[in-house]
Amino acid sequence: MLKDITLGQYFPDDTPIHRLDPRTKLILTVVYIAALFMVGSVGGYVLTALWLAAAAHVSHIKPKALFKGLRPLIFLMVFTAIINLFFTSGEDYLLHWRFIKITYTGLKNAVVMVVRVMLLVSGTFMLTYTTSPLSITDGLERLLSPLKKLHVPVYELSLMMSIALRFIPTLIEETDRIMSAQKARGADLETGSLVERAKALLPLLIPLFVSAFRRADELALAMECRCYNGGEGRTRMKQLRMERRDAVALLLGAALVAGVLVLGRLGL
Amino acid sequence: MESVIEIRGLSFSYPETAAPALRDISLSIGQGSFVAVLGANGSGKSTLAKHLNAILVPSAGQVLVDGLDTAEEDNLLDIRRRVGMVFQNPDNQIVANVVEDDVAFAPENLGVPPEEIRRRVDSALRQVGMYELRMHAPHLLSGGQKQRVAIAGILAMEPDVLVLDEPTAMLDPRGRREVMDTVESLCRERGITVVLITHHMEEAARADRVIVLAKGQVAMDGTPREIFPQAERLKALSLAVPDGTELIGRLNAAGMSLPMDALTDEECASVIWEGLCR
Repeated sequence: MLKDITLGQYFPDDTPIHRLDPRTKLILTVVYIAALFMVGSVGGYVLTALWLAAAAHVSHIKPKALFKGLRPLIFLMVFTAIINLFFTSGEDYLLHWRFIKITYTGLKNAVVMVVRVMLLVSGTFMLTYTTSPLSITDGLERLLSPLKKLHVPVYELSLMMSIALRFIPTLIEETDRIMSAQKARGADLETGSLVERAKALLPLLIPLFVSAFRRADELALAMECRCYNGGEGRTRMKQLRMERRDAVALLLGAALVAGVLVLGRLGL
Repeated sequence: MESVIEIRGLSFSYPETAAPALRDISLSIGQGSFVAVLGANGSGKSTLAKHLNAILVPSAGQVLVDGLDTAEEDNLLDIRRRVGMVFQNPDNQIVANVVEDDVAFAPENLGVPPEEIRRRVDSALRQVGMYELRMHAPHLLSGGQKQRVAIAGILAMEPDVLVLDEPTAMLDPRGRREVMDTVESLCRERGITVVLITHHMEEAARADRVIVLAKGQVAMDGTPREIFPQAERLKALSLAVPDGTELIGRLNAAGMSLPMDALTDEECASVIWEGLCR
């Protein structure tokens, strides 16, 4: 059950999008989000959706995978939709029955919000689906490297992030194991009131934290044995290089922004 | 044989404990040899291992690696590059999410140029037989495979000495065999000096030299054929003897007179066969 978490899930493949420089993909994600917020017309949403669909098609990511990422957000989306649907003020009633008022503007807002959240989330999922967590941290490190001049420990931060990612599956496995062990001792994690269940988590969390600290200690020792001494003077086996396809991808990103702005201006 | 590690009168106490963990140890470890260090729990074998690459520094005495004193702060990186260390739990020594990136970690720390790192990573992965799985995520590998990745991560530093602190303690029999075969071939074929801390007699039997520690001191030191026949002495130090030695010992106690120096199961079987034919 814990194995289903799709946090930072990556589908390894060898498509042009997988091969893009992680920096390009990070920039594109930011551009995509910005474009999404600049959309001012139906045509803009269609264009953004098409752009995303094209990216998904090229990278062999199935629409099902994109929608799967949305599942945890269904509640949020339904909630925003309902709020927008019933509580938008206006006179253009679609339905007015006693105290229930639904306006055309409300309906429109509800649909726009849901579409926007869906596009936003599935767009960012595209990044994690096509880029390994390590390349993402790598790309971030290099994008942020100018900050080193301001004494921001960029390398250390990216290492921390990649180690955290590296240990997620290990700690999930461990949680599963501790859960089984506590259940075998008669712990009841599934029934009872919310407070009772929260209390039942305590015997789960304490061993988990104790073991995480022990792991951290051993890992630090192993890193020292491998001559780790900070980011200074470090080299990289994998050099990032911007290539022609990165330029093409960035141009396509710029085209998306331009398209969205033009469609908005035309009111399409 | 030229020695790569010299230990002279090494004593060590952990802070806040009365009894010293190591007492007046002097050893010389030969270049290219395969040394097993045995000892019961608390005998100080892990503490000794940690002195070999300057994780711990002696309270008294000296440890020299290629003539470099481990107590000198300036020698630290040079020593750690020469003496690599592999620990018990493979999960807690793998840093990266991809096998080859993890192996690259040490040479990256050392500032090796990228093309040279690539060459070392490929060569290290081939030496441990993990080259085909270089793009895998470490958490999807078996215990034995993870431990071999950890060994490759050390080999990428191109060390002279490989210290392994109970590397098979958390592995199943198959993983144990994989790791031991890898370690042995690194020593025999690549000439890397191996110091193996273990409590498995079968593993120690594969070494050239066995050092038995007890209460922080060297209790026995010799080849496996010299050490293992001394079953009574090993038992007194709360160590098990290899199954074959145990069996021959009991047969002798029951009236046979077989030589005690059989190490492997095959040798044991042929010794008994010859004894019966006589």
